[in-house]
Amino acid sequence: MIPAGSLLTATGLHKSYGPTPALDGADFSIHAGEVVAVMGPSGSGKSTLLQCLAGIIRPDSGTVTYDGRPLSEMPDAERSALRRGEFGFVFQFGQLVPELTCVENAALPLRLAGLKRKEAERRALEWLERLEVADIRGKRPGEVSGGQGQRVAVARALVTTPRVIFADEPTGALDSLNGERVMQLLTDAARDTRAAVVLVTHEARVAAYSDREVVVRDGKARDMAGAV
Amino acid sequence: MSIGHTLLALLESGPRHGYDLKRAFDERFGHDRPLHYGQVYSTMSRLLKNGLVEVDGIEQGGGPDRKRYAITDAGVTDVGHWLAQPEKPEPYLQSTLYTKVVLALMTGRDAGTLLDVQRSEHLRLMRELTQRKRTGDLADQLICDHALFHLEADLRWLELTAARLGALAKEVTR
Ligand SMILES: Nc1ncnc2c1ncn2[C@@H]1O[C@H](COP(=O)(O)OP(=O)(O)O)[C@@H](O)[C@H]1O
Ligand SMILES: [Mg+2]
Repeated sequence: MIPAGSLLTATGLHKSYGPTPALDGADFSIHAGEVVAVMGPSGSGKSTLLQCLAGIIRPDSGTVTYDGRPLSEMPDAERSALRRGEFGFVFQFGQLVPELTCVENAALPLRLAGLKRKEAERRALEWLERLEVADIRGKRPGEVSGGQGQRVAVARALVTTPRVIFADEPTGALDSLNGERVMQLLTDAARDTRAAVVLVTHEARVAAYSDREVVVRDGKARDMAGAV
Repeated sequence: MSIGHTLLALLESGPRHGYDLKRAFDERFGHDRPLHYGQVYSTMSRLLKNGLVEVDGIEQGGGPDRKRYAITDAGVTDVGHWLAQPEKPEPYLQSTLYTKVVLALMTGRDAGTLLDVQRSEHLRLMRELTQRKRTGDLADQLICDHALFHLEADLRWLELTAARLGALAKEVTR
C-alpha cells in the first residue's frame, strides 16, 4: 500500500549479497519536503536501503515507486536521467573530483545535464555562497578542509534543485561544529526547495534534524512515527 | 525507578515470599542500593490493595514475612503498560532503563521494541532542542547543546545495549 501523498515509496524490498539478507521485506515512504532519518546499527542495511531507493542497486524483489512510477519499469536511460536530474547525493567522504576546482565540482551535475559552463558555474557559485564556501571556489578538493569539501559536496547535490536528496552519513567525517552546520544548511535548503531528504545516520544529534526516523533492524525498516 | 513495578515483574515467573523478592531484586538491580525489608512490605501491601498481587499462601511460623505473593492478571497488564511506556528523558535514566530491559527479557517481552520506543522519545526532545537552537541566540545554542550531548550519551548507551540484547537475554534467563 502506498501512503497518500508520498513522493518515494518502497514496499517489501529484499536484497541479499550472500546467505544473510541485507534487506528482508523493508518498507519505506517519504513525501516532498520531509526529512526522514534512517537509523540502525552498522551493517543493518541502511546504505543498501538508500541505494535501492535511489535506483543505484536493484533489489532482488520488492518495488520502489517514484512519483507514481515503479523504478523497475523505467528503461535504464530514464532511470539515469532521474538520478542526474531529480535526485541529489551526499556521501560521507564528499567524493569530489580531485582534478576539478570546487566551483567546477559543484557545477558538474548541471554540466552533465548540458548546461553551458558559464551558466552552470554561476548557479554553482550561488550554492557555494549559501553553503558559506564561496571563498574557496577556485581551490581543488585536496587544498580544502574536510568541512569545506563536504559543503561543496552538499552544494553539488543541491545545484540541480533535486526533489529528493539522498545523504548517507553526510557528517560522518566531520567534527561536531562542522557537522551541525552542514546539517543546518542542508535541511534549510531542502525545506526551502520542498526537497525530500533521506538521511542515513547512526548519530542521534544528526537525526535530530529530521522530522521522523525509521530504524533498520533485521533487514526491516520500522517507522517510529506514532510508535510512542 | 519504580520499585513496585519491578517487584511486580519479578513475580511473573511465579509466586514468591517477601524475603525472596528482596533477594531477587538486590541480586539483579540493587547493586548500590539494596532494598530495606520495610520498603518491600509497604510496596507489597500497596500492590495488594490495588489488586495487582494476591496472597498465594501463608507460611507457618514466626517473622513478619510469611506471606507468599502471586501476580494477578491486572498486575501482568500493569507491568506490560509500564514496560511499553517510554521514560521521560532526564539525567541518570540508565538504572531505570536497565531495569526495564532486564525485566522485559526475563518476562519474554520485546526488549528491542522497548529500546526503539525509548530512542524515539529521546529524539522527540532532541528535535525540539535542535529547533530551539536554530532560532535562538548563542546562549540558547550553548544551553541546548549541553542538553543534546547528554541525551546523545543516553542514546549511545541505548544502542550498545540494543546490540547486546542477545547476550543479555542469555544471562538473565539462565
Ligand atoms: N557490495 C556488497 N557486497 C557484499 N556485501 C555487502 C555489500 N554491501 C553491503 N553488504 C553487506 O550487507 C549488509 C548491509 O550493509 P549496509 O547496507 O552497507 O549496512 P549499513 O549502511 O547499515 O552499515 C552488511 O552485512 C554488509 O556487509
Ligand atoms: Mg552505510
